[in-house]
Amino acid sequence: MADVKLIGSPLSPYVLRAILALSLKKVEYELLEEKFGEKSELLLKSNPIYKKIPVLIHHDRPICESAVIVEYIDEVWPESGFGAILPADAYHRALHRFWTYYVDDKWFPSLVAIGKAETEEAKAEAVERVRAGLLLLEEAFVKLSEGKAFFGGDRVAFLDVMFGCFVNWIVAAEELVSVELLDEATVPALHGWAVRFREHEAVKEVMPDSGRVLGFLKILQAKWKADAAAAKKKL
Amino acid sequence: MAEAEQVKVLRSWLSPWSFKVELALKLKGVPHEKVEEDLANKSPLLLASNPIHKKIPVLLHNGKAIPESGIILEYIDETWTNNPILPKAPYERSMARFWSRFIDDKCVGACWMSCWTEGETQQMFMEQARASLRILDDELGERKFFGGESIGLVDISACFLSLWFGVLQEVAGISLINGEEFPNLCRWIEGFVATDAVTECLPPRDELLATFQSKKQAILATKSMVY
Repeated sequence: MADVKLIGSPLSPYVLRAILALSLKKVEYELLEEKFGEKSELLLKSNPIYKKIPVLIHHDRPICESAVIVEYIDEVWPESGFGAILPADAYHRALHRFWTYYVDDKWFPSLVAIGKAETEEAKAEAVERVRAGLLLLEEAFVKLSEGKAFFGGDRVAFLDVMFGCFVNWIVAAEELVSVELLDEATVPALHGWAVRFREHEAVKEVMPDSGRVLGFLKILQAKWKADAAAAKKKL
Repeated sequence: MAEAEQVKVLRSWLSPWSFKVELALKLKGVPHEKVEEDLANKSPLLLASNPIHKKIPVLLHNGKAIPESGIILEYIDETWTNNPILPKAPYERSMARFWSRFIDDKCVGACWMSCWTEGETQQMFMEQARASLRILDDELGERKFFGGESIGLVDISACFLSLWFGVLQEVAGISLINGEEFPNLCRWIEGFVATDAVTECLPPRDELLATFQSKKQAILATKSMVY
């Protein structure tokens, strides 16, 4: 369906959220891949304010911001594919949105900080913050899953998508800096969830493997190093 | 919703974020109890209800705790479905959510920092704020409210730009939102604060002004929005 287009690359976890949602709904779409380091005219036209991916274009109208996009997909195709992504009741919806906000505002930046760290101390500090965050998410998982497979219980739901997009990023980060983050000993429930999430029919079809993510992470790390050096030169 | 509904808002009279929650409840005619929090001395109830961030506002509904003003607004709209604050159609809903986020991410912080910095740093924040306000002013256009004829999610999210930013600009001695550069926003501010439901929820301007005057030195030191 050329009616649905998605601007972005699956190597971006934020774009992956939209891809996962479309996969869960079994909605056909055209992926318009952006070249890393360049922004296409279509992207700049569709998202003039943030100039960022992902952008979903449906009936020629752009929708920006990954959380907004996923909620849109859920509302436009409520019953398709694997069914509802947002939980049925308002309180659980609030909890899924709360933890998504936590992941975006606090947790993912600490994962990025591992890659950007210039000293061993900075790296160790970032690793500790990621681990502390994972402990909170472990608790949240236990509470929300109620003993079942996913944050959504029996089904993959909003928080599964919004946090699950990072599972191979975590593996890649672990390899990049030789630390364990999502290990079975400290976060057993999350560890099990990550395995099941990757295996889900709608997820394994679209999730880039950790090898690809690691390759991309190395490119990103080089870019961050270069940016930091350039910034230092300016001072 | 049947039986005795227990609705409480953990709030601070100073805070535009808890105002958002109270306005939404007022627009829907939901009776609720306001629990004033001393942010320098947080109650056990607040710490138990929002252990991760320890911040107001928190909505307590029949024992369930919902933190984060934006999340609370969506919860309120889904729970009490009269006088909706979000549009019905998915595309319009996504636009409302987008613009709410834009206000939170690009407007509020820059406006706040414009008040408490000086020299080149202040100029930088003021430029950022102006650029964002321009975008918002264009988006509003000729409409009475962002929600159309009635107050919606985006109007509620923009409340900081009304009373609070007016007071802060006065305390800081700057003038960012003026009728020449932002005619639509200025018209919106007038209309917004004159709306009955809003008037009933807003804190008194003179008290807000006096409080920010007295806290000025403390805020200048930390620039923190937790005051």
